[in-house]
Amino acid sequence: MKPPAFSYSRPDTLDEALRLLAEFGSDAKVLAGGQSLLPLLSMRLIAPARLVDINRLTELAYVRSGPDGVRVGALARHAAVERDAPARATQPLLGEAVGLVAHPSIRNRGTSVGSLVHADPSAELPAVLCLLAGSVTLASATGRRTVPAADFYLGPLESAVRPAELAVEAVFPALATSAGTAVLEVSRRHGDYAVCGVAVLVELDADLRIAGARAGYLSVSATPLLLDLTGPIRGRAFDADLSGAAALARASVDPEADIHASAAYRRQLTGVLTGRALRIAAHRAAGAAREAAAA
Amino acid sequence: MTQHAQQSESRHEIALTVNGVERRATVPARRLLSDCLRHDLGLTGTHVGCEHGVCGACTVLVGGVPMRSCLLLAVGMDGEQITTVEGLAGPDGELSPVQQGFADCHGLQCGFCTPGFLTTITAGLAEQPDPTAEQARELISGNLCRCTGYQNIVAAVLRAAELGREREGRQ
Repeated sequence: MKPPAFSYSRPDTLDEALRLLAEFGSDAKVLAGGQSLLPLLSMRLIAPARLVDINRLTELAYVRSGPDGVRVGALARHAAVERDAPARATQPLLGEAVGLVAHPSIRNRGTSVGSLVHADPSAELPAVLCLLAGSVTLASATGRRTVPAADFYLGPLESAVRPAELAVEAVFPALATSAGTAVLEVSRRHGDYAVCGVAVLVELDADLRIAGARAGYLSVSATPLLLDLTGPIRGRAFDADLSGAAALARASVDPEADIHASAAYRRQLTGVLTGRALRIAAHRAAGAAREAAAA
Repeated sequence: MTQHAQQSESRHEIALTVNGVERRATVPARRLLSDCLRHDLGLTGTHVGCEHGVCGACTVLVGGVPMRSCLLLAVGMDGEQITTVEGLAGPDGELSPVQQGFADCHGLQCGFCTPGFLTTITAGLAEQPDPTAEQARELISGNLCRCTGYQNIVAAVLRAAELGREREGRQ
């Protein structure tokens, strides 16, 4: 359980990092928090020739909230994102989901952008980014491009980041006043990867009736699965029976079995967690709408 | 790994402060902090369990913040302040409140996981000096113990908090 040999650079500036990544191309791997990369190295599942350590690029250790959403820099640790009060106010789902990532001592080092790029189908943040229709900005020595979440996940552990590119920022769009979110998951042990997880976004109309309901899933598909669950519950009161949407979710997933759970159990969890999360999100949306009306 | 990489594996000079003492080491880039502490610096109090971030036994404090030393490269710790289990007792050997809490409450049997618990709880109580039993459980949720059981460890956390407040009051 020791990593294979690799050469190592720790650039002081973003330009230097991008130059190194351009020079080494697909031989290089970016090291940010390393909480997923180091296990992969130690188990010798990967053997990059070179690591480019971005931990000195402290200008990328930011969490910035504005009207359009929360901007998370490449070096922002999960713990910083989780504790950021403006980010919680702008998009509560982000902090709530980060709180489900592994354990506190992992969150102290691991980065949220790193988790997005790692593209683990059991990770919370990719599902959240997809649900919120966020984006990731990739920089290289020749320029920048911003990839929408819908185009970012290509397969398990495979994102749209190309060799020589560094993911410098992710944007999680702000929560609308008439909307509510929630995230729930079930794992075998506290802090483990979820056997099934769901993040939901519910939008209400002026009469507090369901105008939209979407869900993003983890651990039931190779890439984050997005479902529009509005159909069966459109126009229902926020506190009405929303089980039609949960049934639709259950019928729509096609999870795989592994040593942690059977496919049938994952499908069952998909329905149960979707129903619970929709209820929570709908009540939160109604609470926010009433608060906004009172203000 | 190529033959070439094996032969030409370059080494890096690092300087880090461990338990208040400046230490230097020359390490290959792939040296884990846990191995650097144990093998290069001779601090074998940090225990290595799973080596992939699950068990928490190797937890140390980096700048006062608990992290898995098996998930950190030593080369990346150049310039950092590290606290290991060896750095928790007072200069005269007086057990820290967390160590005393473990002794008082039978918080360990074989002791393998204990260094990771002690460092994690030390940082946790610095942040929340008066945790509930529920918060104590949450605090230790990332550390595995295979023989003592968690009841006594939760009791040790609460006892440590009590001892910490008593010592605070004495000063």
